[in-house]
Amino acid sequence: MRSALRARNKLLLRAAALALALAFIGIGLARQEQLEVLGKAVKICLECIGIG
Amino acid sequence: MSGVHRNRIISAQRIVQLVAAAAFNGYALGFQKGKIFTGGTKAVCVPVLNCYSCPGALGACPIGALQTALGGVKSHFPFYVLGLLMLFGVVLGRAVCGLLCPFGLVQDLLHKLPVPKAAVPRRIDRPARYLKYGVLLLTILLPVLAAAGTGVGSPYFCQYLCPAGTLEGGIPLLLADPVLRGLAGWLFRWKALVLAAVLAAAAVIHRPFCRYLCPLGAFYALFNRFSFYRLSLDTDKCVGCGRCERVCPMAVEVTKGLDGGECIRCGACRPVCPTGAIDIGFSPEPKGRQTGEAR
Repeated sequence: MRSALRARNKLLLRAAALALALAFIGIGLARQEQLEVLGKAVKICLECIGIG
Repeated sequence: MSGVHRNRIISAQRIVQLVAAAAFNGYALGFQKGKIFTGGTKAVCVPVLNCYSCPGALGACPIGALQTALGGVKSHFPFYVLGLLMLFGVVLGRAVCGLLCPFGLVQDLLHKLPVPKAAVPRRIDRPARYLKYGVLLLTILLPVLAAAGTGVGSPYFCQYLCPAGTLEGGIPLLLADPVLRGLAGWLFRWKALVLAAVLAAAAVIHRPFCRYLCPLGAFYALFNRFSFYRLSLDTDKCVGCGRCERVCPMAVEVTKGLDGGECIRCGACRPVCPTGAIDIGFSPEPKGRQTGEAR
């Protein structure tokens, strides 16, 4: 009984987290946030390599 | 028989790790030229701690991208990066650490070196594992606070702590580019020291960076309890021999449950189980009494 309840809660959590993740990605793409990621990633990050 | 089985499984994990490391860093020309890849795939975050300033990197580092969104000139809620991280977390949990992370692979290989190994005493190990959640909190908060105060925040984790950035980005670029070499000062020396300390520790303790410091591992740990890819223990079959716990690279108390944030889903425990009580995969059904359930 307790196991079934746990399994159901897990499924609900999974579905909710998956839906939220996809919604966030959709909102981010609509706001063109991927271009900001691209803009940072195509330049050498001086901080990351220990210079900046 | 179990030894043969074990070797086969371990090499399968290693193959996945190597393929992932090569796939995330497949721009071989970059290493030769000392330049980084500038193609469109860099708009997508990879699931692992993989510096986007690595000459071979084909994707973006999610921790770097997260800090850029939070602390950049146009500081904002990072919907895109956070959504991707949540997606990776829900699907894979910390299997990202155990199977895909190149820096995890480096630590695994270093631990193979024939030097004396150390087991961290539990009274130190347990509280120290919470450090990574603190690092995650600071990784998020510092750029936000700096952006609120001065208008722009740095990616502080990358700048002061990330050993993967030094290993994958800093060292190859400085080796290839004399101009960058000339610019390297105290900060690079500090980061090289951090890297050396982590690598030295990895030879003695299994995956110290994953256990104690990695903010990405801390983030995925939040999803381990309900991620699709998981390990399950059939408590009816378990005889409590403890073999699984002795081979676990993360020193997880397997028989007390596999849903905690520390299991990296590497599967090392599965082939050594004499009764086949451990299952791994996408949503394997738990069998028998589960941990914490009344006998």
